Amino acid sequence: MLVYLKLFYEFSKIGLFAVGGGLATLPFLYELAEKTGWFTTHDISNMIAISESTPGAIGINMSTYVGFHTAYSFFGLFGAILGGITTTISIIIPSIIVIEVISGFLNKFKESKTVKNIFYGLRPASTGLVASAGLSIAKNTLITDAAFSWSLPAILQIINWQHLVIGAAIFAAIRIFKLHPIFYIAASAAIGIILKL
Amino acid sequence: MKELFYLFWTFSKIGVLTFGGGYAMLPMLQKEVVEKNHWCSEDDLMDYFAIGQCTPGIIAVNTATFIGYRIKGIFGGIFATLGVVFPSIVIITIIAAFISNFASLTVVSHALNGIKICVCALILDAVIKLGKKSVIDKYCLIIFFGVFIISLLADISAIFLIIAAGIAGYVLGKVTGKEQN
Repeated sequence: MLVYLKLFYEFSKIGLFAVGGGLATLPFLYELAEKTGWFTTHDISNMIAISESTPGAIGINMSTYVGFHTAYSFFGLFGAILGGITTTISIIIPSIIVIEVISGFLNKFKESKTVKNIFYGLRPASTGLVASAGLSIAKNTLITDAAFSWSLPAILQIINWQHLVIGAAIFAAIRIFKLHPIFYIAASAAIGIILKL
Repeated sequence: MKELFYLFWTFSKIGVLTFGGGYAMLPMLQKEVVEKNHWCSEDDLMDYFAIGQCTPGIIAVNTATFIGYRIKGIFGGIFATLGVVFPSIVIITIIAAFISNFASLTVVSHALNGIKICVCALILDAVIKLGKKSVIDKYCLIIFFGVFIISLLADISAIFLIIAAGIAGYVLGKVTGKEQN
């Protein structure tokens, strides 16, 4: 029982202090591993690999996994399921409280000139951050490991042409058909399996 | 009550389709929240996304709470947030219990490599849509490229860029003296 309370305490703390998304939770998890011995840094690497290859926000996937893993060694499978639920709920509680308070304030002040001006600056910044995140993912999938130098053959070689062509085709389909993203995700998973990407 | 469950269901759908973190969630949010259900405008979505990055917690969770609250108040925020994490709990529990070698399965890595390409294309499409709404004059263009380039080149937290952009927006409003929308 005490373990669940500890998990609740630790994960609400992470939810309150990890600012900036899923990867911001990692330093806290390493610290927790060291402090409690509930899991090892090797376990963390394994959990990252799985959290990145399953749907859902990475920070949430990590929380569920750590909760499951920790409670499993104490209480077996059913205790583990409860552990995963405990950590996940704990990490979202601070967010819910903070955001609901901010929402309340925003509703009150959204017509104020100051708030409007701040958002006028925030929106292009937010778009810039999304663009930069997109480019990092693109770099990861469209660029090969080949050595780079300023010559045409080298530049041609660092581009993964197969991925680039598939990406361009998917992008064209998105712009033309405007279907729900689920169709493109399902189709691209199938393309990945068929072409053994 | 029906509306709360619909919120839960919609955000579960968004959660199950988010591959690769909060940013990858944006195309799904645009489709479900803006285009299909008209719960908020593209501008509002941008605002929530921006604040969600500099408030504590996971971006996907913060954004879900914002939108849920807007539609159905406090309980709306709770149901939307529970919805977005629900698929994670189910999927990770199943994998942790039964398929601990999941990430090293070849069929999974092939499928994921396909999905990653798709996520790039979806984000590019999302950026174009957002850019049309958010980059409305030359100052916005400067902020957009400034943030884009700094976050690519420098290892600096998004929080500082967001705060700096907010201050820039405030100062620009004071200097130019016109009210923004």
